[in-house]
Amino acid sequence: MPAQSLWTLLSWGPDGWLDDIAYGALVTVALALATLPIGLTIGFFIAYAKQSEEPSLRLAANIYTTVFRGLPELVTLFLFFFGVPILLQHLIRYFRPDATIDVNGFVAGMIVLSLIFSSYASEVFLSAFRAIPKGQYEGGYAIGLSNWLTMRKVILPQLLRIAFPGLENCWLSLLKDTSLVSVVGLAETLRNAGVAARVTKHSFLFYSVAALVFLGLAIVSSFATSAILRSLGRREAQR
Amino acid sequence: MSATATMVERPPPRARGWPRPRVAGYALVCLWIAFGLGIVAYLVLAWNPAFFAKYAPAYLRGLGVTLSLVAIAMVLGAILSLPVAYGRMSSNRILSGLAYCYVYFFRGTPLLVQTFLVYYGVGSFRPQLSEFGIFLPVFSDGLTLARFTLWDFFKDAFNCGVFAFALNTAAYQAEILRGAIESVPKGQWEGAASLGLHKLQTLRKIILPQALIVALRPYGNELILMIKASAIVAIITVYDLMGNAKLAFANSFDIQAYIWVAVVYLVMVEILRHGIEWIERRITIHLKR
Repeated sequence: MPAQSLWTLLSWGPDGWLDDIAYGALVTVALALATLPIGLTIGFFIAYAKQSEEPSLRLAANIYTTVFRGLPELVTLFLFFFGVPILLQHLIRYFRPDATIDVNGFVAGMIVLSLIFSSYASEVFLSAFRAIPKGQYEGGYAIGLSNWLTMRKVILPQLLRIAFPGLENCWLSLLKDTSLVSVVGLAETLRNAGVAARVTKHSFLFYSVAALVFLGLAIVSSFATSAILRSLGRREAQR
Repeated sequence: MSATATMVERPPPRARGWPRPRVAGYALVCLWIAFGLGIVAYLVLAWNPAFFAKYAPAYLRGLGVTLSLVAIAMVLGAILSLPVAYGRMSSNRILSGLAYCYVYFFRGTPLLVQTFLVYYGVGSFRPQLSEFGIFLPVFSDGLTLARFTLWDFFKDAFNCGVFAFALNTAAYQAEILRGAIESVPKGQWEGAASLGLHKLQTLRKIILPQALIVALRPYGNELILMIKASAIVAIITVYDLMGNAKLAFANSFDIQAYIWVAVVYLVMVEILRHGIEWIERRITIHLKR
């Protein structure tokens, strides 16, 4: 085999690995984007439970964040990836004794990352809830809005604006945490870079490329979030 | 007095009966209790003395590896964070730009990628690394000099883990330090200058005591994050707590390998979290009114 130049290795196509890594980057972004809405929704409801007056609701929400913020991400992932099939298998044996269950890496990653993301996001939402004065709820009540409408039309728009910078941080760590899912075999950026590194023996090159991909994603998302923040600020100014 | 007391709005009476949030709360707490009992029941039913006798010592050893890795990396990171934080606060464009790039790189890429970059990537430079060597005295049938090269350092997975973690935490700690020092009002610097203290004295006697109170919580969080993140060195074949759990699971296919390790991590993190809160309460006692 002729010695391949670095540019051949990094080219697009059958000789190069750039297409594989680009595909991996796509999977990384897809995983993070698929996690985001689930995590945000769960995180919002956890924060809502934490600021409720009902002690049992607060307790349940606090257990959730204690567990998922206290466990290492990798342990949560492995527990889920290896534990849930065993659990499901036990349940399914009652109906179909010969069934086997495999957990898809993407789905397992999505669920685990939403659990982790939501427990961090709930802290951000909680501090945003605390920053909204009580008068906003009372004002909503005074003009005859139902609880649900007050939440949707009065509280939520302000809440999102206050929580936005904190959620940006959560998003960045979510983006980085997606690399952990490579460990259970999902073909994302790091995994594909690792395959390329093993095949070509140019480990430093390909892991650097993977690092650059993550760096690029972080830079792109910081541009995107600052654009969103600016448009939010403009809308604020128009009032 | 009594007139004003009656004017004060009373807190609303506590909801009685079973309003919706209470039903939801009780249901969720019951769910957690059921979940916890389920895990405990599983651990009791799956209790396997042979498994325990075989792997408990390994877990303890792994715990030692995890703790020493985190401790060494934290200390090295703290030392390395000083020049980085200095660079970040420097008015020299080049210096602050370099420090910014350092921090941006290590905070913008996953720790797993950095660890791989060190563990697998440095192997690409094996011939070059083998050239740099120093002679160190070793005891092997008498005192002799042995040549240690950089490659001897980097071929050990534990060292690579420490190296990557120290670089990573240095970036985070530099930001913590910078934030804490900048949180001290500028008047403190000026006041010290007017008393004739020079810069180092000001930093040591006036700025740092105030800054470190601010920095305690972020430092504690960083420690917790490091302990959690240290699980990933299991992937580069270090037998830390997680690495031993992986080994135990691979040998036995028993999920309790991971459940036990989760319990250990959770207990460790909770102890640290409450310890930090306790210390913070203690050292801010003079700030409370």
